[in-house]
Amino acid sequence: MNPLTRALLLAFSISLLAACASTNIRGTGDLGVVIERATGSVQIVETTNSTALSRVNGLGDLSHASIVYSRDERYAYVFGRDGGLTKIDILNSKIAKRIIQSGNSIGGAISQDGKLVAVSNYKPGGIKVFNSATLELVADIPATNNNLKKSKVVGLVDAPGQRFVFSLYDAGEIWLADLSSGKPVITKYKNIGRQPYDGLITPDGRYYIAGLFGEDGMAVLDLWHPEKGVKRILDNYGRGSKKMPVYKMPHLEGWAMTEYYAFLPAVGRNSVLVVNRRNWKQVKSIAVHGQPVFVMARPDGRQVWVNFAYPKNDTVQVIDTEELKIIKELKPGKAVLHMEFTPRGEHVWVSARDAGKVTVYDTQNFNPVTSLPMNKPSGIFFTNRAHRIGL
Amino acid sequence: MLLKRVLIAILFMPVITGYAADSYSISNQRQAELHNLLIQDCGSCHGMTMKGGLGPALTADILKTKPRKMIEVTILQGRPGTPMPPWNTILTKEEVRWIVDTLYAGVKL
Repeated sequence: MNPLTRALLLAFSISLLAACASTNIRGTGDLGVVIERATGSVQIVETTNSTALSRVNGLGDLSHASIVYSRDERYAYVFGRDGGLTKIDILNSKIAKRIIQSGNSIGGAISQDGKLVAVSNYKPGGIKVFNSATLELVADIPATNNNLKKSKVVGLVDAPGQRFVFSLYDAGEIWLADLSSGKPVITKYKNIGRQPYDGLITPDGRYYIAGLFGEDGMAVLDLWHPEKGVKRILDNYGRGSKKMPVYKMPHLEGWAMTEYYAFLPAVGRNSVLVVNRRNWKQVKSIAVHGQPVFVMARPDGRQVWVNFAYPKNDTVQVIDTEELKIIKELKPGKAVLHMEFTPRGEHVWVSARDAGKVTVYDTQNFNPVTSLPMNKPSGIFFTNRAHRIGL
Repeated sequence: MLLKRVLIAILFMPVITGYAADSYSISNQRQAELHNLLIQDCGSCHGMTMKGGLGPALTADILKTKPRKMIEVTILQGRPGTPMPPWNTILTKEEVRWIVDTLYAGVKL
């Protein structure tokens, strides 16, 4: 082969390679992950054409699993019940790294700069903070009260300023962990109320709010003024004097906020509460199908979608946030567990665990767009969460 | 009829060791529903493998030291002061007994 031919051939093969590579390049902004809780697997999905792309196996016990995303939206961190922390490369559909970091965990969060991933644990109670690139341990923060008794940790979220906030279920405390110096500096707020069961941070990152199971009311920490301590709001929010059984703990993460109102799941009652965001006074109680679990606003705030606890969990209702009334009821199948809106809200994906499918609805006309078979699907997480405080 | 009973007994032997299968009048379909309820819905708090979560662990090993009656009463009436709700408006006593037997034998996914 003469040198010219060789050079030409080389040039040709390089351009061919480049062409091949370019056809494989894609972004991740329309991707998502759906948990298949019974099989310890997830499916990677895309929301542009509403299809499932692939499955990743080997993630352990995914009862009550949740996900956060790296800020480049390439990696999903999956927090499993068995203490597993798995970093999934969603572009290549494979596990990048997996560790078992505790005996029993409940959720996690990613730091403001995306470099730290924190996991909240039931056993042993506390949080652990990991390097998001390597999953090496950066800090271990046991949730120990004065009697050295460890507490289950719930409601872990990220907050601006490289901080994490979480609640101690058994001890009734809120802790603020500041990792801006590299080493955790902890501020503890004691006696915030009995049995905080979940927490959320407002989308602006200012208020951390814990729901209380053991008494009525909610505990609020203003992160602009953490020195002022924890205050109580919504004194009537809770199970009230006649304690109704709660068949599934409501989730606060998706707390729906519109311009004037916040929409909350009542605890143990078949109602969604509407409260004024300025003064936290209740404006209305909307009677709904069952005990609400997730109460989530469409990204434009015009609609709020609600799913329900066992045994009324085959139904989803839609509330118009202007009229403050139910405008639609849907039956996506048995055991509706979660709903996730596409980034700008034209579609909502709804998982029905016992029906074995995820249904995609058009939020304008409520017609099903498509339905994807999944194995006991639960949580649905789209990559746009990567750039939202607290998610 | 006897053969059918024996077959059913064999079918459910690993699930309900300690109790004869035909002591239940719960249909196979209902047993499948209860099994799903146990793993998926009880599993939301106790873990799908019953190793615990917000609620305590309920593995066969841990239950060995606990009286069966106490677990039955807890499921039927709930446990005040904790998130454990009473199931007596949703499940019959026999269904609760089936669940307790399944738990003591060790839940299989």
